[in-house]
Amino acid sequence: MMLAVLLTPALLWLFALIILPHVQLALLSFRERIAPHTYAASLMQYRTFFSEPLYWGVFVRTAIMSALATALTLLVAFPVAWIIAKVARGRASSLLFVLCLIPFWVSETVRALGWLILLRESGVLPTLLVRLGITAVPVELLYHNATILVGLVYTSLLFMVVPLVSSLESLDNSLIEAAYNLGAKGPAILRQIVIPHAAPGITSGCIVVFMLTLGNYLTPNLLGGKNSQWFTELIYTQFIVRFNWEQGAAFGFLLLALSTGMVALGLRVSGQRFVDVMRRA
Amino acid sequence: MIASLPRPAWLRAATALYLGAFLLFLFVPLTVVAVFAFNNAPYPAPPWHGFTLDWFLGNPAAGRVGLFRDAELLGSIWTSVVVASWVTALSVLVGTANAFLMERCRFPGKQLLSVLMLVPLVIPGVILGISILAFCSRLAELADSLWGLDLDFLRPGLVLVVLGQFSFVATIATLMISARLKRFDRTLEEAALNLGASQAAVLRTITFPYLRPALIGSAAISFLMSFENFNTTLMLVGEDAPLTVLMYGRMREGASPVLNAVSLFLMLASALLALALMRTGRRGAERTAATAADAA
Repeated sequence: MMLAVLLTPALLWLFALIILPHVQLALLSFRERIAPHTYAASLMQYRTFFSEPLYWGVFVRTAIMSALATALTLLVAFPVAWIIAKVARGRASSLLFVLCLIPFWVSETVRALGWLILLRESGVLPTLLVRLGITAVPVELLYHNATILVGLVYTSLLFMVVPLVSSLESLDNSLIEAAYNLGAKGPAILRQIVIPHAAPGITSGCIVVFMLTLGNYLTPNLLGGKNSQWFTELIYTQFIVRFNWEQGAAFGFLLLALSTGMVALGLRVSGQRFVDVMRRA
Repeated sequence: MIASLPRPAWLRAATALYLGAFLLFLFVPLTVVAVFAFNNAPYPAPPWHGFTLDWFLGNPAAGRVGLFRDAELLGSIWTSVVVASWVTALSVLVGTANAFLMERCRFPGKQLLSVLMLVPLVIPGVILGISILAFCSRLAELADSLWGLDLDFLRPGLVLVVLGQFSFVATIATLMISARLKRFDRTLEEAALNLGASQAAVLRTITFPYLRPALIGSAAISFLMSFENFNTTLMLVGEDAPLTVLMYGRMREGASPVLNAVSLFLMLASALLALALMRTGRRGAERTAATAADAA
């Protein structure tokens, strides 16, 4: 009785909003319209994807850019996580941690607006560069790949810092002291002690950041403009603009496959369980 | 190198430099948003033309519609509040039921269910959006062709936005509430039962008071995540745009400082919420909250 009452909302939620919609999406992606209101099962939507260089080009580009953004996020976040976990003490450490969190309580829309104001041709940074005599005329800093990467790293930082800090905090300082006393230098300590210990945190962070970046729409779209060519934009175009749901559904599944594939790969490489990684994140 | 070991001067300097650059990187974008809400010019761009409150109060003489008179913008804030309230109520309710289900019950398939519950977090928001859109449209078509029913709420609009956001916010609420319920000392309940309390009385006087911080925390996070969600919402939105979608539309047309004004309020509201949560929670809870805050 009790079990039934508790099980109902969970099953309703998962079936009505997750499982059945994805089954429906799969069915959509495997059909083709042959006449008005008449459909036949087909692989056409997927064939179109592979035969159209624009489509798979954007797909590959999104994957590579996301991987780059993930790597950059790790590079930027690791030193901060290290300082929070190992260098700063007591209140300073807590304060720094909270400072890192603050920007992420603010909507992504607001963060993108900040970058727009900073980087557009008439914006703060180009004006400053002219003022300082570095460039003669204001340069357009928006709509480059680098701009998109900066925006994505900014948006993803938190998801890297948090798991890194918790995995570094659990590293016993005396191990590092021992290595140091035995004559190890910084790089050796990093490679042989710190990174192996922090590996679960690094994996968690990378998986979450990659996933969120891949599925992002707002940041690439606003900071990249027409040059963004992000795969989620293709999905949006097919679904909302062209009303070609079959094609959009196929694109959706391809993105889902890439996202899931990378998560699985990350878990395999680091030998972790999905449930643990998600809990940690 | 850690604090207890000697650090050479160059390393200290590099650390300080890095930290300074990092904090600049974090806060400059937010600062410019706030500053240009007060610039007396029609575009949020330098140079500085002097201080004004026009972008809040409006200035009909200069043709400026301030935030407080921008009916469309205020309407979208209200839409976001309504949507977020529904998402919060549903998520906390279902999250609580899930927490009791996973921590207190045994049944076949429990392992599978616990994995399934995490799945919404690894599905990109855009795909959650289109799958629910397609599914609901299919349902509406079926209802129409089978029974001649016109189920309007299954068409893009706020009901779908609520369902779409709820589909993954529920996971976060579940995780937060389960984490606290897991640490609960069940002997307290047993003691109360031994002393003659009814099941309902035990829940009301012991279990729920214990869960309260997690319930409040998950409600705050659910509200915030719903309010700030963009990806899923964009796919499901009908005629009434929530705030993030409206802001996005206006930013594409070319930003007006009114957007800075509304952003400033968003920042203040988020900061207050964050402070309130940090006061109630310890660092661990704070961290769960922080991570959850942006999963969308």
